[in-house]
Amino acid sequence: MPIKSYLAHPYQGQKMELYNTLSQLEGCEVIPAENKDVLILVTDTETSKQEDALQEKLNMIKSIKLLAMVAGFNASKN
Amino acid sequence: MYTSTLSNRRDFIKKMAVLSAMTAAATMFPGILFAEEQERGLPKGGNLDWKKAPCRFCGVGCGVLVGVENGKAVAVKGDPKSPVNKGLCCVKGYHSVMSMYGKDRLTHPWVKKNGKYVKTSMKEALDIIAEKMQTTIKDYGKDAVSIYGSGQWTIPDGYVASKLFKGCIGTNNVEANARLCMASAVTGFLTSFGSDEPMGCYEDIDHADVFVLWGNNMAEMHPVLFSRLLDQRLKRGVKIIDFATRTTRTSMASDKSIIFQPQTDLAVANAICYEIIKKGWVNQEFVSKHCNFSKGSTNMGYGLEDKYSFNDKPEKISFEEYKEFLEDYAPEKVEKISGVSAKDIKYMASYYGDPNKKVMSLWCMGMNQHTRGTWINNLVYNIHLLTGKISTPGNSPFSLTGQPSACGTVREVGTLTHKLPHGVVMNKAHREHAAKIWDVPVENIPSKPSLHTVEMFRALDRGDLRFMWIQVTNPMVTMPKLKRYRDATKKEGRFIVVSDIYPTPTTDIADVILPSAMWVEREGMYGNSERRTQYFEQMVQPPGEAMSDTWQLIEVAKRMGFEKQFYYKEETHIEEIYNEYRKHHEGKKHGMAPLEVLKSEPGAQWPYVDGKSTQWRFNSKYDPACSNDEEFHFYGKPDGKAVIWQRPYEPAPEVPDEKFDFWLCTGRVVEHWHTGSMTRRIPVLHKAMPHGYVELHPEDAKKMQIRTGDAVRLTTRRGTMKLPASVNERGVPEKGQVFVPFFDENMLINDLTLDAFCPISKQPDYKKCAVKVEKA
Ligand code: SF4
Repeated sequence: MPIKSYLAHPYQGQKMELYNTLSQLEGCEVIPAENKDVLILVTDTETSKQEDALQEKLNMIKSIKLLAMVAGFNASKN
Repeated sequence: MYTSTLSNRRDFIKKMAVLSAMTAAATMFPGILFAEEQERGLPKGGNLDWKKAPCRFCGVGCGVLVGVENGKAVAVKGDPKSPVNKGLCCVKGYHSVMSMYGKDRLTHPWVKKNGKYVKTSMKEALDIIAEKMQTTIKDYGKDAVSIYGSGQWTIPDGYVASKLFKGCIGTNNVEANARLCMASAVTGFLTSFGSDEPMGCYEDIDHADVFVLWGNNMAEMHPVLFSRLLDQRLKRGVKIIDFATRTTRTSMASDKSIIFQPQTDLAVANAICYEIIKKGWVNQEFVSKHCNFSKGSTNMGYGLEDKYSFNDKPEKISFEEYKEFLEDYAPEKVEKISGVSAKDIKYMASYYGDPNKKVMSLWCMGMNQHTRGTWINNLVYNIHLLTGKISTPGNSPFSLTGQPSACGTVREVGTLTHKLPHGVVMNKAHREHAAKIWDVPVENIPSKPSLHTVEMFRALDRGDLRFMWIQVTNPMVTMPKLKRYRDATKKEGRFIVVSDIYPTPTTDIADVILPSAMWVEREGMYGNSERRTQYFEQMVQPPGEAMSDTWQLIEVAKRMGFEKQFYYKEETHIEEIYNEYRKHHEGKKHGMAPLEVLKSEPGAQWPYVDGKSTQWRFNSKYDPACSNDEEFHFYGKPDGKAVIWQRPYEPAPEVPDEKFDFWLCTGRVVEHWHTGSMTRRIPVLHKAMPHGYVELHPEDAKKMQIRTGDAVRLTTRRGTMKLPASVNERGVPEKGQVFVPFFDENMLINDLTLDAFCPISKQPDYKKCAVKVEKA
């Protein structure tokens, strides 16, 4: 299943909150920028079910202002 | 770098994903820093071979890097070097590589023999096509054959199609599906400026203070550009105004959503001009130096009858006459027909009128799929011309395209009945220019346009047309009033060839099905919305006998006896074709970049002059074609002046009445590319949006006791069908309106739509017809 990376833009003043929320999600790796209001999010899921569930959770996060996709890797087991 | 164990491999890929994101972030936020330990150990390349290409899907034309591993394309990332997307990539772009690997890819030709499809070799299939074309021409004349292509054709595909049909066979029966999406934009540009395609570029986004989206759901249809708008809001606090007939994801993300009644954008645009004049916001110097005023015919009809024809009769008028015409469009009057409050009209006008605000207007299908599509394009240009907000960074009326090469192939190569690569068939000098480069007698090219798309399918129904070759498009899902045209293809004595990569409702009606090579399985170029031509090399092998559309056409041309004109060698044909094509556009107004430049850079914008792309046309500071010693030069018109058009509001041809009491609007969704023939084969996208639906306003739904998922019957004068309801989900139409996406071939909404079109552009209106809505 895919590994994808995104730039996640938080609402003003909510960068740390977003960092904490994303870090707690299974399959998510988060790297905050040191000096800008943006975080890198990398998602890694094993099955399409997991991917769907994760997408749903991401959609529900209130502190995300904009999630812009950057790359996707079709890392299926073939 | 690459190791054999799966976990290490995933770990490595993850690091590459981080690296891609950091590179994109660095492009968008110069000086951005990440903690040092996180940057350590990131891979620099690995076994993946990254190659650049324009994205296969939409007209934004993002630059992507495709990762190839063991002969298979496995990854996509946004190209940080591309000024289009600066490293970003949307969900469709990422899935573009997966769309090549669906289980039911067409890998060899099928020919219908005695009512059954028989597997054949490519050689036999191409022989049959050439022979059938020749016998059809012999029996019925050269205007009995036609080709119907696409804005997803590469530049070489469209070029050889035009050369074969217009130059060699001698018929103007060349059309492309961009007629259904871009034709009004073209006629808008030609009537206002005498030269097609936007004067500005995407970099306008980085300069504009206000964005007005005219019926354009950018969040779903042009997601990466919309991300760039939102990014500017984060950085600079720009304003985004969504002016639409339905509440969408775009409306929700905008600063202000203004809803208008279908078709009344014409009246609102005029009201904005009224207000600009009344408040004294006209840029007098710009208008007197660079603009003329004209009016054209009105009450033109809607093209509903076969063989309908119309020619506009432009007449020059004075500014005073124009001002008088606008008296009918005072905001308080327009409020009554448009549903837009006078206050909101004045609010929009105030941004356009403010000399200290740079304004970008963006639009796509909402304005183009319109029975007065040319007019509404003219009217938005009027606003920018009156205020002089045009052709400068950030001041930009910008018509977006839907398909990856609607501009590059259909508009620039000229794969429409009236067009040539340079100019139009009606112009003798243009015919001579094309004939010389094509190496054909000039008499071969007919001087009259023949059949535009709707009329082409009507001609097939009538029997005037006997042979049609369809490439990279799916008209048996997309034609309006579809049933008539589906039945037409099944009539005795019609021969249809379809080139595609998957079975579709259009291959179902084919006599010969040819398997095509897709995107990076062959070499080619696309041209995007901002006049950017982008090259891609062949990165992987096509499956089975699949062949590029370019080479299919060349093989048939040779079989028909045109070896001299189709002299290209298989190994170098794309380069040879592109070099030949460039000759049509030589000069300062439309020069195309050399192939070496396209190969080494993330595209180049025409006019490409003295080694440089042109970002803002008609502005002498940026555009070397300006020659009038003024700041601006609209050189598409003989006197160098743009035209401000007097165009009235006229109602749609079919409006809700007692029996059919709702408006029906159709459109797209972010997950699916057009008719879904590729994206519905990608499990994640298919699952995210598995089938069509009808969106209703919650109050209408409540009145009819309809809830999400309930079956709803829609009936128009053309047909009836059942769909599941969607209430308060992704989009919310206004009361008395419904919206249906067209991607689902099992719910063919175009059986219900109307084939009325703009009399000037001949582009159908898929956004408005009358429908009856019932709980099924
Ligand atoms: S926005 Fe369009 S061009 Fe860009 S990645 Fe998405 S589908 Fe491709």
